[in-house]
Amino acid sequence: MSTTVETRDTVEALSVEKYKYGFTTEIAMEEFPKGLNEEIVRLISAKKGEPDWLLAWRLKAFALWQKLEEPHWARVEHPPIAYDELYYYAAPAAPTPKSLDEVNPALLNMYEKLGIPLNERAALAGVAVDAVFDSVSVATTFRETLAKSGVIFCPISEAVREHPELVHKYLGSVVPYGDNYFAALNSAVFSDGSFVYIPKGVRCPMELSTYFRINARNTGQFERTLIIAEEGASVSYLEGCTAPMRDENQLHAAVVELVAMDEAKIKYSTVQNWYPGDADGKGGIYNFVTKRGACRGRNSKISWTQVETGSAITWKYPSCILQGDGSVGEFYSVAMTHNHQQADTGTKMIHIGKNTTSTIISKGISAGHSNNTYRGLVKIMPNASGARNYTQCDSLLIGDQCGAHTVPYIESRNASAKVEHEATTSKIAEDQLFYCRSRGLSEEDAVGLIVNGFCKDVLKELPMEFAVEAQKLLAVSLEGSVG
Amino acid sequence: MTALPTRSLEAWRYTDLRPLDAMSFAEAPAASVPGDLPDIGVPRLVFVNGRFDAAASSALMFAHGFATVTEESDLPLALINAQHAQDGLTLEIPAGVDAGVVLLVSYANGGALHPRHRVSLGAGATLTLLEVIKGEGVYWHNPVTDIVLAQGARLAHYRLQNESREAFHLATIRVGAAADAAYESFTAVMGAKLSRAEFHVELSGAKAYTHLNAAQLLGDSQHGDFTSVVRHRAPDCSSRQTVKSVLSDAARGVFQGRIEVDRMAQKTDGYQMSQALLLSPTAEMDIKPELQIFADDVKCSHGATIGALDEEQVFYLRSRGIPEDTARAMLICAFLTEALEPVTHAGAHALFEAAIETWWTGK
Repeated sequence: MSTTVETRDTVEALSVEKYKYGFTTEIAMEEFPKGLNEEIVRLISAKKGEPDWLLAWRLKAFALWQKLEEPHWARVEHPPIAYDELYYYAAPAAPTPKSLDEVNPALLNMYEKLGIPLNERAALAGVAVDAVFDSVSVATTFRETLAKSGVIFCPISEAVREHPELVHKYLGSVVPYGDNYFAALNSAVFSDGSFVYIPKGVRCPMELSTYFRINARNTGQFERTLIIAEEGASVSYLEGCTAPMRDENQLHAAVVELVAMDEAKIKYSTVQNWYPGDADGKGGIYNFVTKRGACRGRNSKISWTQVETGSAITWKYPSCILQGDGSVGEFYSVAMTHNHQQADTGTKMIHIGKNTTSTIISKGISAGHSNNTYRGLVKIMPNASGARNYTQCDSLLIGDQCGAHTVPYIESRNASAKVEHEATTSKIAEDQLFYCRSRGLSEEDAVGLIVNGFCKDVLKELPMEFAVEAQKLLAVSLEGSVG
Repeated sequence: MTALPTRSLEAWRYTDLRPLDAMSFAEAPAASVPGDLPDIGVPRLVFVNGRFDAAASSALMFAHGFATVTEESDLPLALINAQHAQDGLTLEIPAGVDAGVVLLVSYANGGALHPRHRVSLGAGATLTLLEVIKGEGVYWHNPVTDIVLAQGARLAHYRLQNESREAFHLATIRVGAAADAAYESFTAVMGAKLSRAEFHVELSGAKAYTHLNAAQLLGDSQHGDFTSVVRHRAPDCSSRQTVKSVLSDAARGVFQGRIEVDRMAQKTDGYQMSQALLLSPTAEMDIKPELQIFADDVKCSHGATIGALDEEQVFYLRSRGIPEDTARAMLICAFLTEALEPVTHAGAHALFEAAIETWWTGK
């Protein structure tokens, strides 16, 4: 048997039973009636005790969403989504906990099982966590420590109450409610998410993290994250996600907005591990996410790093609007698809200010019957003199039933800008495999090693804790016997 | 008439045909042959306003003529062409024949012309087809060229698109290459107010090969679009593409190039490079290189760059006593050289070099 065939068989032999986050948590839930109408939007807003302007904004978004059509330009296929069969709000029935001690122990247990310690004493030093369970945030750790340095880190529903002026000013300023179909849906029904505000000149004393968990059946999760870094501020934010194994598809349509003022730096890292569906492509999360950062100030920097291994469908283009002169945008991505997963992901770098720079490194790995597409836009506007972009997209194919696609758009309207793009597609080289095996590595270990090497440019951008998790995830998805 | 494609179609997102849609063209009138038709000492076929002009053409020993058109694709421009085509070249080269070089001249000066050309080469046949396309005044040239290459056939196809600066040029070129066949092509895009050359090359037999190059030299407010789709449908095929664009004034260049690899096209080797030089602050370049791959044992890559002339290189040449304008011309010629690689015929090569030279001095 040739090594290729062996590799393929090894990969195919892996089943999604490896998805160890597939358990459900039994807990009393409060759910709104299923389906989506104006009444539900009003209910969500009332539940959160929101001010009138926010309700009005939600209703505008809902009215627009009803007129919009679901986009079909991405290389993904799925049966029509029954928006009326979904629950748009689901939350643990207990009243909102005031402190960690009041959080339902079943929930704490679940996060413990997921490896997300909400108990501050046992928590991984230096990481503050906001845990979002279905539609609401259940706990945020280290809030007092953060408050001492002026950092606000809380559920966005709380920020609406406590810091309305900030939310009003920035919500929808990067991703307007009418931006696209899923952003409009999110704007109408978002129930929670994280809010981060770093005041002028503050370097956030610890890593911030949000952990998203879909638990309830037939729910859609629509979280909204807003991060603002004032002049000279900096923050590193991590995001992780899991869901139970279910046969039906669940919808996740989030919006993330980042705002960086003069000299501010935001690093946003994601390890996306939603349930990908089983080996026959049944079930799994539809992940339709709008993520965008605005580098509003001089020399500001926004860096996106993502490791996408989960979801039945990933539709996600974390982008940077490089408005401030000298601002920097980065996008580092590993997207791995297996079985019948479909990923259509990439980035947009819009160069508006002078001397703006962007770097795009994208690594796609396709196995099984999956399809993996990089789709990206680099746009240099007429005033972006001295702008610079470097893009590298590499794809790796494992097995002859999968597809790897690259669809970059490059538009330059400034002669002094320099834009470079390169893309390659290949399979794991036989000689590399042979070399590893001749050193005594098993087939799976060799494949894992080569894949990790292939992704190294991206993985090294992740904060340490995430890098370890991401490597393990890739290993689980690929190596089989190891995971 | 089939409607013109709009920008809402993904394949047309960078080229807006509304200026063409706003005009109405009658059928192209009969016209006389201009005096200064190119001649490089090879058999010449002349089309004037889309019609074959026997008097200006040399007698060819191979079959040529026109047959009615049926259009099977859903390409809007090819459909429009099929609805209006009244003439065109049909050139059939029998198996094993080396047909040498044939010059095809298309001249236009008014109306809408929709010629339908067909070129087929039998097994092992070879041909070099040099197309020179020119004209005066306002007109719409919408040619479709269908090329069929049997096993082991080799066609070198060079196109010099030098239409009138007021004209619209929308060409569709489709090539089917059987096993071991080779299609080597170079297109120079210099004329027309708005132009698009759309190539569809299908490598349907094992070890078929294509070299699909282009150079776009555009100024004023010209819009030039070079779009190509190379389909690898059989194992062991290879494709090479180099597309260079030089844009001055408020010109806009577009390159869309897709490489498709089918499941069974294992051992595909595909390479594509597109580079653009923006010579003025108002020029624009849009590039969309695309890979669509369904086979695993392949080697496919593409690269794209957009930038200005390197001032250090200009400085280097000037410090050697070369005047600035000459220095820039040298660098631009050097930039274009790689794209001209498939043009191995000396006469054709000289023709392109002269056209580039004229373009530069006319700026």
